[in-house]
This record gives sequence, C-alpha cells and structure tokens, in this order.
Amino acid sequence: MIVSNSVQYLQRKSSLICDILKRSSPSLALILFSSFFCIPVLIVCGSLFLPFDETWTHLVDTVLSDYVLNSFYLLIGVGFFSLLLSVVPAWLVTMYKFPGSRYLQWAILLPMSMPAYIIAYSYTGAFDAAGPVQTTIRDMTNLQYNEYWFPEIRSLGGAIAMLSFVLYPYIYLLARASFIEQSVCVLEVSRTLGCNALGAFKRVALPLARPAIIVGLSLVLMETLADYGTVQYFGISAFTTGIFKTWFGMDNSLVASQLSAILLLFVFVFLFLERRSRKLLTLHHTSNRYSPLTKEKLTGIRGFLSFIFCFTPLLFGFIIPVSFLVDWAINAYSQVFDIDFYRLFMNSIFLAFITSLLALFIALLLGYINRNNFSLVNRFLVRFISLGYAVPGTVIAIGVLIPFAWFDNKLDNFLITNFNTSSGLLISGTLFILIFAYLVRFLTIPINTVEASLEKIKPGVDEVAKTTGMSHFNLMKKIHIPIMRGSLLTCLLLVFVDVLKELPATLILRPFNFNTLAVRTFELANEERLAEAAVPALAIVIAGIIPVIIISNSISRSRPGYE
Amino acid sequence: MKKILISLILLICGQFVCAAEVNIYSARKEALIKPILDRFTTETGIKVNLITGKADTFIKRIEVEGKNTPADILLTVDAARLVRAKDKELFQSIDSKILSSVIPAHLRDIDNHWFGLSLRSRVIVYNPDKVSSNDIIGYIDLANDKWKGRICVRSSSNIYNQSLVASLIAHHGIMETERWASKLVTNFARTPKGGDRDQIKAVVAGVCDLAIVNNYYLAGMLDSNKDEEVAAAEKVKLFWPDQDTYGAHFNVSGAGILKYAKNKDEAIKLLEYLVTIEAQQWYSDVNYEYPVILDVKISSILKKWGAFSMDTLALNLLGRYNSDAVKLMDRVGWK
Repeated sequence: MIVSNSVQYLQRKSSLICDILKRSSPSLALILFSSFFCIPVLIVCGSLFLPFDETWTHLVDTVLSDYVLNSFYLLIGVGFFSLLLSVVPAWLVTMYKFPGSRYLQWAILLPMSMPAYIIAYSYTGAFDAAGPVQTTIRDMTNLQYNEYWFPEIRSLGGAIAMLSFVLYPYIYLLARASFIEQSVCVLEVSRTLGCNALGAFKRVALPLARPAIIVGLSLVLMETLADYGTVQYFGISAFTTGIFKTWFGMDNSLVASQLSAILLLFVFVFLFLERRSRKLLTLHHTSNRYSPLTKEKLTGIRGFLSFIFCFTPLLFGFIIPVSFLVDWAINAYSQVFDIDFYRLFMNSIFLAFITSLLALFIALLLGYINRNNFSLVNRFLVRFISLGYAVPGTVIAIGVLIPFAWFDNKLDNFLITNFNTSSGLLISGTLFILIFAYLVRFLTIPINTVEASLEKIKPGVDEVAKTTGMSHFNLMKKIHIPIMRGSLLTCLLLVFVDVLKELPATLILRPFNFNTLAVRTFELANEERLAEAAVPALAIVIAGIIPVIIISNSISRSRPGYE
Repeated sequence: MKKILISLILLICGQFVCAAEVNIYSARKEALIKPILDRFTTETGIKVNLITGKADTFIKRIEVEGKNTPADILLTVDAARLVRAKDKELFQSIDSKILSSVIPAHLRDIDNHWFGLSLRSRVIVYNPDKVSSNDIIGYIDLANDKWKGRICVRSSSNIYNQSLVASLIAHHGIMETERWASKLVTNFARTPKGGDRDQIKAVVAGVCDLAIVNNYYLAGMLDSNKDEEVAAAEKVKLFWPDQDTYGAHFNVSGAGILKYAKNKDEAIKLLEYLVTIEAQQWYSDVNYEYPVILDVKISSILKKWGAFSMDTLALNLLGRYNSDAVKLMDRVGWK
C-alpha cells in the first residue's frame, strides 16, 4: 500500500517536473544532460587557460613541427585511401549485381573488427626485414638486406595503409546505408533527364549521400588523430606520440593536455567549416515512395572489375592479416585458451553491447530534441561531445577520472563529517565510469549518424504529422525511426565494434581483476609475444564479425521495398 | 528470497570486506606477475586484486583518487617511475627488517619508499659474423664512427632508453651526453621503430650489426617455443657493456606502498614475499631477470651469459634525469 502510494506520488511529482521543464524550456534538461558528457573534453580544453611553461619552448624548438607535419600527412593519406576503398564499392554493391556481390556487401565490412595496432603487428610480423617473406627472399636469392627493394612496412606510408585498411569500413557502412535510404525515384528521374549511370551517381546519389560520407570521413580522420598504438609501433612522430612523450617522458601532464586541447581546436574548426559548407546545400528526400531497387547485372569485364574493386579492400584489410593471425594462433592457442579466456570474451561483449545501446538511446534523445527545439547552446554542446572521438583514449580517461574522483571524494568528506560513515570511492573504479568514458569517446558516432539521417527527412513530414495530432514520440516511432532504421543499426554496430577494440581508456579505468580481449591482446603483443597475442586478437575479430553480418543484412532489408 | 539476499550479502561481504586482501596497480603485465601473486595467495590466504596498465597513468590515477584510492601498492618496471611517484608523495616509508636487510641499499629508496624487486640490464647484442667482441667496448663507444649505419635501437619514447641516457647524464653530464647522442643517432641503421625483440631480429636479418636491448628479451627468444625465434636468437651474442669502467646499465622492476594504503600489513607481507628465494627464483626462471638478493640459483640461460659488473649508480638519479634525457634525445633527433 505504502509502496503504491509513493509510486503514485513519484509519478505525479515527475510528471509535474516534466511539465515545468516542458513549459520553461524544453531544452534545459537537455542542456544539463549533454553538458554532463562534455565535462571530460572541457577539462582537457581547460588546460589552455593555464600558463604555458618552458616545455613549450623545447617542443617548438625541436619536435613540434615534426609532430604536426606527420599527423597532417597521415590525415591526408588515410582520408584519401579510405574514401577510395569505400565509396565506390558501397555504390557498386547497392546498385549492381556482379560475381560475389551478395557476399561482398557485408564482407567488405570485416576489416572494421580489426584493431589498427593488430593489423600493424601482423603485417610487420610477416613483411618486415626479419619476417618470413623477406627471409625467404634472402635465402632464395642469396642477397643481403639492402641489396633488394622491398616496401618498408613500418613507415609513414605503411601507417597510412594500415589505418586506411581498417578504417575505410566506417565510410563504407554509412555511405551504403545512405545509398539504400535514397529514393530510387530521384535516381530514375535523373536518368530520364539524361544522366547516364555515372552521371546519376555523381550528380544525384553522391551529393545526397554527402552528409553520411562526410560523417564517415570525419570519424576516420578523428580515429587517425587519436591513434597511438600504430604510430608508436611504427616509430612515427605524430601528434599523439608527442602528447604521450611529453606526459610520460617529461612528466608534464599539463603540456600534454594543452597539446590535446590544441588538437581538439583544429578538429572543432574543421567540423565547423564542414557544417557551414553543408548548410549551403540543404538536401532532403523529396519522396518517401520507394520502389523495389532493381539491381542491374554486371557481367564480363565490368563484373570482374567491380569484383576486384570490392575485393581488394577485403583482401588487404582482412584476409591477409587474419591468415597470419590464424597461422600464429594455431601454435599458441593451447597456452592462452582457458576458462579465464571465456570470461574475457564475455566481458568484452557485455561492455560493447551495453555501451552501444546506451549510445544510440542518448543520440536519439539529443538529435531528436535538437531537431525540434532550435537552441544554439544545444547545438554547440552536441558539437562539443563529438570532439571526444578525436582525443586519445588515455587523455579522455583522465578527463573522466578527474570529475568523478572529485565528486567521490567530496561525497566521502560530506558523509564523514555529517554521518560519520565513509563511502570511499563510490563511482571511480567501477564499470560505470568505464562505460561513461566509452560514451564520451564514441557518442559522436550515433549523434552524427542520427543527425545526418534526420537532416534528410523533410521538415514538412513533421509538420504534416503534427497537423494530424501525432505526438513527438509517435512521430519518432512511426515515421522517423523506420526511415532511419538502416542508419541506426549502422551506428549501433560501429559503437559495438569500437568498444570491442578500445584499449587505452579500458586500461586505465577498469576495475580490479577485470580484463577484456583488447587488454589481453595488447599485453601480449606489447611484450612482443605475437603468437599468443594472435588468439585474443582473433577473438576480437570473431566477436565483431557476428554483429557485422547480422546488422549488414538487416540494413539491406531496412530499405522499404526490399525484396 | 530472504535467504538468497542474506547469502548474497555474505558473499559480497566475504569478497570485499572480510577477507584479507591487497590491491595492486601494476605496470608489469599480468602474465609476468600474476603467477607469483597467485602463489602468494595460496601460501598466505591473502587475496590479491590486480589492475595492469601504464605506470604514468596509474600515478595520475592515484593522485586524482587522493586519500580514497583503493590501491595499496604501485608496481612498476623501472626505477624512474618509482622516483616520480615518490616525488609526488604517493608512497610511505616502510619499516621492514626483511626488505631493508635483503635488498642492497642501491636497489631501494634511501627513505625506504620503494624497493627494487628484480634486475634487468640494457646490453649490446651483436652479430658475431660481422662484429668481433673485441671491437665492442660500451655505450659511449657506440658513437664512434666505425659504427656508422650499424646500430639498431628503439625509439626515445621508450623508458628503457630514457633510463639509459639518464644514467649517462649522471656519469658524464648533459653536455657530453648530448654530444655522444648526436653522434650515436648518425650511427643508426634505420629510424628507430618496434620493440627490443625487433632490434634483435633486425640484427639477425642483417639490417644492422648490433643493437641495444634489455637482456630478458634475448632470453625470452632463446627460450621461445617457436623454433624460428630460437634459431634467430642463437645467431646473435650478448655483450656486457663498459666492464672496465662503470659496468652495464641496470634498472629494476620494483614497488612501493602507497601513502593511503588501506591494507598496509598485507602489502608489506606481499613485498616481503616477493624477495624470498622462491619468488626471486621465479623472476629468474620465468621473466629471465636477475635476483635482487644473494644465494638465488639463476636460470640456465642467464648463467650462460656469465659474470659481469653492473653499474651501481643510485637509481633515483634515473628519475631525476629522465626529463632531461627525453629533451636531449629530442634535440639530437633520436626519434
């Protein structure tokens, strides 16, 4: 009785609060909510207001230009190659049938389940001067090292290749979902107006998919900027190398945060300019009428070329590195595979699953309210959250740790002085803080995806729905979500796989006696025990493959009119 | 329902409150420390909770967590990080007869804030087909013109290189060390990349003729279950540098007990356990490191490398000159 009374009371209270929030400003709650996720990035940026010490002079005099230039080359290279490997294959598998296209449309995604530092390790293990390939060359030809030409894997070019091979699926996935969402009428009209297939692609489909492609590209570029494992292993002095050398080597975490903050400013400006340019051409679906997509059949040389185009990224990003991993794992699995290993597997899946669901939910909330209530503060905050993706996980982790530990300690003090009990560290050191850190890092994926797909739905659709008296919630549930289904599934998958691979934040924030596959892989690989490391690395890949296949299929099916 | 709840509470209580336990933040990888911690648990009944990661992020985490930090022990794989933690006043002085009697003074902190638990050396590995051991002298000699384009070493981001350079700064001063480093860099066979095993493999592959690496990596390769690793490791030889002067550069893996440790007694017990003959033997057998105490039988691989003289420089100097070492390497272009 008491319970039901208090429940009723709470319900009344909460509906009252909702009413107040709705009437005063519907976005007040949202502002509070989104600023919560901004704290870590704000902490990093806050370092800019602290004095710049003499370490800066040292950096400017010696290595800073190197850091900036190398990061710049990396961005250009990875940006170019990942676009090349993703956009055209996405278009080909959406619009055409050719040998293998049914399998390729999801298989192209497989490299995304591979952490960048793992592909770097496996290519190096195989193709480095000391690896089996070059050793065989030397043995067969009796040549010495340096007397023959062989591409150096551990170089700037190598790093660009490694990162492109595992990052291009981000663009592919978003581009393909966007192509699928496009009304075929638009394309047909363009054809009747005299566009050939290429013209329809260039002048209609590509501009319509541009927001999605740009979202994918910015994810790729931000991931490139945040990468530490690959550049460090390859000995490339990139910006992240600088951040950690300053922090760990010179014991100067302040300058390290200032470096990260400057990196963020650049990303912020880039994102801002990109959005400005997108504003100039607002594109909406003009029709929601979908007819079944009749895929044109490509045979002969055209079919073969299409196959090659789609197969190449898969070959280099997945088949080659995985076959090395399998080869190593066969010899080592008995040493690594035990009960503990099963727990690692489950831990990784659990974290990835929870985080991806939460991230999608939060993104829908933010994106949706943003669509309906224009507020500059909100837009700004949402942009700010997106920055988390460009920050190295270690830096974000500390940014998460600081406010939570501060809160925990304050609470503990308060309880001790007032109630004579101690709460210790309530939140720090739990899985909660780890998942929060993941959200701060990865929220940008669902936020941008949701936004990009919402943008394509004409505001008129909302207006018509509202005149019929449809509530916001129903509008979202019955109209928007079905249209966006493909994109939503896509970002669910992206976050899932990203969490599976995530290492630096996990390393710092995880609770006692709690490990993940990525942690185990890193520890073994870092000790240069590549054979043993191959086993958990393969497990990450396998854990990533299953959702890749499931979701890829449901994205194809998500298109209204799918046969 | 009630019963389940009670037993659940008891279980949780048993896990977190009632049992004796000790919490470690460890920069040493799980595979390289957990087996000996498990043995400690079996022998004493004290549960060990472990998080592994990077020393500097742990130092930051301990600072941020303040007096409520759950950690009792910080375990690192180099002295400089221990010195750093001491400078930030994270450790407490430990009064343990065992620790201060069995560990030689130069392998522990002067105020007993931290203790070295195992020894590792940064040595020179060379290809005997191309280099005669008579030609090698030590670290300083590696700047000699005769080594042009023949040396492999990993990047200056790596703590082992930072500590080595810090030790040279302690011996020769910054100016001289910088002159040395700028010549050394021109002797590199390639831009520094990869880890220590990579450098050994590069010597085998003929990329370079000698490499500067930590000794246990070579031992690990010799003891590997992969035949090609063993074959590669057998093609190179180990050289103990600077035997006529200050001796080979040594560093420790070690640990300190945190100022706000909640399980201080258990933490002391654990450190004392780690310097028993049994544990020290384990370090030698499994991690190929040298013991910090006397009378321990070292593993056969270490034995094969013979006797040597080691640099007995006070290890806190490695911490003091760490930042100088990094800046120096930046200036001379040691990537």
